Amino acid sequence: MSVTKRDVEYIARLARLRFNDEELESYTAELNEILNYMEKLNELNTETVEPLSHPIENVNVFRDDKLIVSIDRADALKNAPSRDEEFFKVPKVINK
Amino acid sequence: MNEKYEAVIGLEVHAQLLTDTKIFCGCSTKFGSAPNTNVCPVCLGQPGVLPVLNKKVVEYTVLMGLATNCTVNRKSIFARKHYFYPDLPKNYQISQYEEPICEYGHITIDLKDGTKKKIGITRIHMEEDAGKSIHDQDFDTLIDLNRTGTPLMEIVSEPDIRTPEEAYLYLTKLKQILTYLGICDGNMEEGSLRCDANISVRLKGETKFGTKTEVKNMNSFRNVERALAFEIERQIDLLEDGKEIIQQTLLWDADSNVAQPMRSKEEAHDYRYFPDPDLMPVVIEDKMLDEIKKQMPELPDAKKNRFIEKFALPSYDAEILTSSRELADYYEKILTVTSDYKSASNWVMTEVLKVVNEEKIDITDFPVSPENLGKLIELINNKTISGKIAKDVFTEMLKSNRDPETIVKEKNLVQITDSSEIESIVEKILSNNQKQVEEFLSGKEKVLGFLVGQIMRETKGKANPQIVNDILRDKLSSLK
Repeated sequence: MSVTKRDVEYIARLARLRFNDEELESYTAELNEILNYMEKLNELNTETVEPLSHPIENVNVFRDDKLIVSIDRADALKNAPSRDEEFFKVPKVINK
Repeated sequence: MNEKYEAVIGLEVHAQLLTDTKIFCGCSTKFGSAPNTNVCPVCLGQPGVLPVLNKKVVEYTVLMGLATNCTVNRKSIFARKHYFYPDLPKNYQISQYEEPICEYGHITIDLKDGTKKKIGITRIHMEEDAGKSIHDQDFDTLIDLNRTGTPLMEIVSEPDIRTPEEAYLYLTKLKQILTYLGICDGNMEEGSLRCDANISVRLKGETKFGTKTEVKNMNSFRNVERALAFEIERQIDLLEDGKEIIQQTLLWDADSNVAQPMRSKEEAHDYRYFPDPDLMPVVIEDKMLDEIKKQMPELPDAKKNRFIEKFALPSYDAEILTSSRELADYYEKILTVTSDYKSASNWVMTEVLKVVNEEKIDITDFPVSPENLGKLIELINNKTISGKIAKDVFTEMLKSNRDPETIVKEKNLVQITDSSEIESIVEKILSNNQKQVEEFLSGKEKVLGFLVGQIMRETKGKANPQIVNDILRDKLSSLK
């Protein structure tokens, strides 16, 4: 398995990241290194091993359905680059 | 629909769960709060926060799984589904992908021709809702994140549905089960129940699936039926013209009755699902499963069958009376006062539901208590009042929900059953209406109705109609 520059461009676009040529080259190389290492793990027989979904062996961390007071709206909106008194504002999403 | 073809339909239903708080934080799920007031760092997707699962969401989803004959997976995990949209602040939705909590279920729908059909349920999983975008501004889109993190249950059907009508019946049944369980209010118009459909058509007998399209934005049960019918027609027309069906997402426009392709240039979805490291697996142990099973109410089908067997009701009556849990409860409360099962059913199905539908009220807000309705039925059955007078008393009860016995006494409506009293009234009417009597004697049977009317008028409707009839016929035949 090997990652091409085009793969990296695709993944970057999905993550809304923009790379210059130099960065593309270096990430392609780095990703390939990681995948090569994974290939090595693939040499192990894992037929009887359950897939691991979490490194910590803990289950059922629940909370009760109890109301906790929300934060102030002013605080909620504080960090938004664009807002009014009530809403977050974003560039128009659809044109009707 | 063209007889050569059949449609293959699968539905994805999202049900908002009736919890007090969100799925991963303690913010309120209350509908209609001022914008961005039910939010906290967790549902705003601030860096460094950790989601903690609301236990009730697990219980409700397992309950639905059990009610729809699903296998409850002893272990299930959460996954991140990645996409960018402003009403999803984390840029991923926490959902379940591999290892959902429930799988392999089914529900049974009753088709018009009386046959039953099983519709398979592929999976039921838990996930979080997104926020709301408001697009009607000139320059910006406004975002309200109150709904972000509201618990949703996604119910995915097998592609077992063949007609829009079956889809309608399937949805109706799902809603009925959800509301019986009390875990979702089932309101499609308000968005607490949402439905997307996958549709393809194929020649009958073909076993491969055709190219499918997805139809969204159908916000009522009737719209689902209409949208599906439209899309099936559209696909068949394309095939008949030798054209190809393009796999795409369409939005139903209820105003113009057409499904339009979604305009946003969506790339082929690549959600890059992976297990969410912030959430621990959910393991349903026996103890928890037993506790959830204890919360299981009697479900619609079981209730319907019990009504048919225990109360000897026709299937039609039982179907209507069990259409909602509240209506069934109302009916059963009447039976704490009277054991006339069929009369109680008739009263509910005609007089009660008429008012409920006309006034558009919930049965729980119906002004006449079931106990008082039961008393009214008893007053008819023990011949205190006639059925006709009972209707008047009922009208009075609608205004006041007073005890029918009090109304009957106050208004002096007690039925006249004393035959000698009725006899003298009959004699009086006959002597006052000689002409009609002669007409009757010469064979005009219809006149009998007129005479009965006169007698009822004289008694202000209080004479027992059966006794009036008997005495009147007696008197008339003695004149022959």
